[in-house]
Amino acid sequence: MTDLHLWLIPLVPVAGFLVNGLFGRKFPKALVTTVAIIAAAVPMLQVADIALRFSSLAKPYIESHGTWIAAGALHANFAFQLDQLSMVMLCVVTGVGFLIHVYSIGYMAHEEGYWRFFAYMNLFLFFMLVLVLSANFLLMFVGWEGVGLASYLLIGFYYTRDSAANAGKKAFLYNRVGDVGFLLAMFLLIAHFGTLNFADVFAAIGANPSLHGGILTVIGLLLLLGACGKSAQIPLYVWLPDAMEGPTPVSALIHAATMVTAGVYMIARAHIIYDRSATALLAVAAIGTATAFFAATMGMMQTDIKRVLAYSTVSQLGYMFLGCGVAAYSAGIFHLVTHAFFKALLFLAAGSVIHALGGEQDMRVMGGLRRKIPVTFWTMTAAVFAISGFPPLCGFVSKDEILYQAFVSPTPAGKVLWAIGLFTAGLTSFYMFRLWYMTFFGESRAVAHEEEAAIHARHDTKLAIEAEHTHPVHESPKSMLVPMIILAILCVIAGAMGWPEGLGGNNWISHFLAPAVSGAHLQYEQARVAIATGAVHAAGENQSPAPAKNLEIILAVLSTLVALSGWYVAHLMYYKRRDLPARLTARFRAVYALIFNKYWVDEIYGALVIAPVLFIARWVLAALVDRGVIDGGGLLAGYTAQGFGSLAARIQSGNIRAYAGWLAACAALLLVAVYFGWTTHFGIH
Amino acid sequence: MIPMVNPALRVLPEIILTLFGILVMLADAVMAKASSRKPLGWLAVLGALAALAASLWQNRLPAGDAFYGVVRTDAFSVFFHVLIAGIVLASLLIALDAVSDTTEGLGELFALILFGAVGMMFMTSAVELLLVFIALEISSISTYIMAGFRRKSAKGPESALKYFLLGSFATAFFLYGIALVFGATGTTRIPEIASAIAAGHTPAIIYIGLAMLIVGLGFKVSAAPFHVWTPDVYEGAPSPVVALMSTAPKAAAFAVLLRIVYGAFPLLHDHWTPILWWLAVLSMTIGNLGALRQRNVKRLLAYSSIAHAGYLLVAFAALSADGIAAASFYAVAYAIMNVGIFAVISHAGGYEDRLTLIDDYRGLAWRSPLLGGVMAFFLISLIGIPFTGGFFGKFYVFVAALHSGLIWLAIIGLVNSGIAAWYYLRVATAIYSRPSESSPVHSLPRPSLALLLALVITVSGTLILGIFPGGVLSSARAAAATYTSVSPVPSSSGTSAADTTAQH
Repeated sequence: MTDLHLWLIPLVPVAGFLVNGLFGRKFPKALVTTVAIIAAAVPMLQVADIALRFSSLAKPYIESHGTWIAAGALHANFAFQLDQLSMVMLCVVTGVGFLIHVYSIGYMAHEEGYWRFFAYMNLFLFFMLVLVLSANFLLMFVGWEGVGLASYLLIGFYYTRDSAANAGKKAFLYNRVGDVGFLLAMFLLIAHFGTLNFADVFAAIGANPSLHGGILTVIGLLLLLGACGKSAQIPLYVWLPDAMEGPTPVSALIHAATMVTAGVYMIARAHIIYDRSATALLAVAAIGTATAFFAATMGMMQTDIKRVLAYSTVSQLGYMFLGCGVAAYSAGIFHLVTHAFFKALLFLAAGSVIHALGGEQDMRVMGGLRRKIPVTFWTMTAAVFAISGFPPLCGFVSKDEILYQAFVSPTPAGKVLWAIGLFTAGLTSFYMFRLWYMTFFGESRAVAHEEEAAIHARHDTKLAIEAEHTHPVHESPKSMLVPMIILAILCVIAGAMGWPEGLGGNNWISHFLAPAVSGAHLQYEQARVAIATGAVHAAGENQSPAPAKNLEIILAVLSTLVALSGWYVAHLMYYKRRDLPARLTARFRAVYALIFNKYWVDEIYGALVIAPVLFIARWVLAALVDRGVIDGGGLLAGYTAQGFGSLAARIQSGNIRAYAGWLAACAALLLVAVYFGWTTHFGIH
Repeated sequence: MIPMVNPALRVLPEIILTLFGILVMLADAVMAKASSRKPLGWLAVLGALAALAASLWQNRLPAGDAFYGVVRTDAFSVFFHVLIAGIVLASLLIALDAVSDTTEGLGELFALILFGAVGMMFMTSAVELLLVFIALEISSISTYIMAGFRRKSAKGPESALKYFLLGSFATAFFLYGIALVFGATGTTRIPEIASAIAAGHTPAIIYIGLAMLIVGLGFKVSAAPFHVWTPDVYEGAPSPVVALMSTAPKAAAFAVLLRIVYGAFPLLHDHWTPILWWLAVLSMTIGNLGALRQRNVKRLLAYSSIAHAGYLLVAFAALSADGIAAASFYAVAYAIMNVGIFAVISHAGGYEDRLTLIDDYRGLAWRSPLLGGVMAFFLISLIGIPFTGGFFGKFYVFVAALHSGLIWLAIIGLVNSGIAAWYYLRVATAIYSRPSESSPVHSLPRPSLALLLALVITVSGTLILGIFPGGVLSSARAAAATYTSVSPVPSSSGTSAADTTAQH
């Protein structure tokens, strides 16, 4: 391939960030918009250009811009890499990113700090593109941390509410836990392979066929910990629902379509490591399935429209992990793509609903909006049907591919994972139609809502103030509707990319991705085919032997039925017999309390991790190390008198003596330890 | 043959700083009593610049000793000389911004900064323990005085007295350590100590001596459990002084520690690596947990500096050339970002600490997007986010540790850096919250040229270390490489100290 100038792709958004970040405050709004939109559009056009010229690559195209660091064991280049996997990611990030930038023009029009918002959005785009383009783990980590930072800025620094600031902090800290895993994995890679370049690490693993499990399992599990942080999987998922404090376009771009999928991308990228470790792979699948299920149950109980979508995102990310965990990386990535479409659309449509209602996010006071905001209604309907898994929409195709791959995977747990995944699909359908009915059907509560808007003013001060001026419920401006319509069209047609062969398609995307995400695990692939046909043999023993095709059809019909039943239950509970939910909650109070309180996970973490740390910080240290000194205020602040007399009193208070005593005691302990040679017996080295 | 070099050239930066220090004092004496002392600050800046240039120039000297083998110029000493000159330069600019024309004793302050720098520089080039001790005292005594410079505030003299008493106590340990080492080996020259040990002179008192040296230096770098003075002293000292004393003397003390453990005691590494291992763990943990509960920003940063001393000690324990390079690199990264954040603090809080609590900083970014943004940037670097020096510093340190098999140390360090994010973010969040009407941030002074210069130096330094760390890293590696030459090759005892270092 000719010179692609990949470096330009991330450079343009960062230029947009610098221009708006440095001078945006003084720019008129139109100029801020122009800069930001151009900074988002240029990379999209460049990616489109590359995509059109992209025929096939046997080997990844690597563009190196010189040595970044060379320090003994560590050597890393400023290098970007283009292969099928990064190509797909680039299309999603720039395409959806651009649409959401456009949407934001309308959504953020009345917000203060308009320039800051767009500067941060461009910054996010920059880091996300670095993440997907990097040719080594280190540069990937730079993007990885960078998107976290941009997300922190967009959640926490945008609004000045304390809850938003706390949510930003929470997101950041849970990601730090994951980062420990990512960093340790990188250190182990350096120690064992002497490099962080994808190509070199994977070549080294490929060249050593006897390398299985062991260190690769450890690295795989550590990377998985990193992925769990970024992609909000058990046990680190709790930050994502809180992150909904950020503006809705941020939720759509960062917390649905792009950043949170970075973990899935990373696992697919490192698939050669996972292919060699059944344990790590199974862990990915198990965590994904568990997360998909638990998040779906929590999504059923939420009343805030964005939080429903947040839990749904966590749950869908679980499906992607499940796909990767049964070594069907292309299925995982395909679901990532379709999810980017339908989930971004769901958020944008939800944003449009919130916009129409002047900042209301509580679904209990919505209803009957179907006729009032028809474009929003119809686009959201497309997304609801897509995520719930109705053929032929994109969500059906990709989710079904994952479930099929789980079913036929050689892992013994495959069938269990499939069954849980299938059940979760029913839950998904249920909570999505619950949202659909509560928002758009039933009697209009728009009038009632205006009174309640004041009560719910906590959501969005600015918009709530607008609501008090009794705006009539209104459809959103074109800049918001057009991106939604485009995404709705994608929801309907994108399934064609991966229409399974068993149903008469050609599963183009899996063939396209094959060079990047398979090959090294051919044996696994063969085992899968054998099982697929074998399973059908077993299932159809009494009938005539059927090809693998039939299995795929059977599974597809099954999951469609499951989706239908989810819809039916939601229809029953939230349309036909509205008294049912209340009666059911009364009946199953314990279960309801358990799920409604989100299994008390936040509280458990608080009690198990945060409280002990604070306890140690507050009491143990205070007593042992810091005694006599009371925190910044306390003793010192109370002591404001001046002059020598009080100084003497201060010294008399024993402070210095205590310090000197402490020093002497510690030194004595050290000397005794050294004298008796204790220090050499700790076996640290 | 090493060509003859005029010995004076080997101490050129020190000579320049001394001359400028004297010049500042003399000028202070002859200036009219009422006139502003700020021009003296610019004179001192000039001196620091000249010393910086001289330090860089020393790179061209062949490595070698001067003054009867007391002082050594090599890649290692030059590395730390440049760092110290840079910190002094930035601290002078910060001081120039924070003080007013009427601040008491300004001339002395500027002269003391320069004299203190002379001591710190000698610490990094001395290869004779007695000179190390004298240099340590020059550096310490000037910082004791500067710590108490706000004579009118209650905390100033208290801070200085506390620092002085405890510091002298720690120095006594250091001096006694030198005496014991001399008793065991019959020498106080670092290379000769190594050869004496290689020749089998290892009576029990040498271990005690080594431990005492570590206690003394542990105090100076505020490594736990010898850190107790740090929060009180930082709180009481003027912010520009804290910018200096939290970085330059520590970098010098770390250089001394490197010289001593790798230069004099490489063969006893079985004994000192476990000590440093524990100091690292305690410093990281106590520093970070201690910072969690602070409400005063300077105390918080004091605990943060304890934690950073811990990260640096992780690299010491790695016992490899990579470890030495990582420690040196981290010293630079930490110094630049810490001086940077104190530049903001001393401008926003002023010489008299108008802002003290985290809550006082609420809305700083609203009032001044520049200051708030820069402060947030340094907090990000202290957390260790990529594209900043703080990230690469930690990254190298942990890579070096893991490479030496110190898995637990690396894990403890990573967990600690996770905890650290919590309290740095508390400050960042406050900066970006909406200020109340009565908030002290509304009365910010205008940034002066000196402050802008200091911010440009520190921000660009942190960015360069984060994005293009290659240059500094290769200097750090060159500095680390000197340790094969510092250790002599004794003909009789088979394994040389140099080989021992290289093996690990």
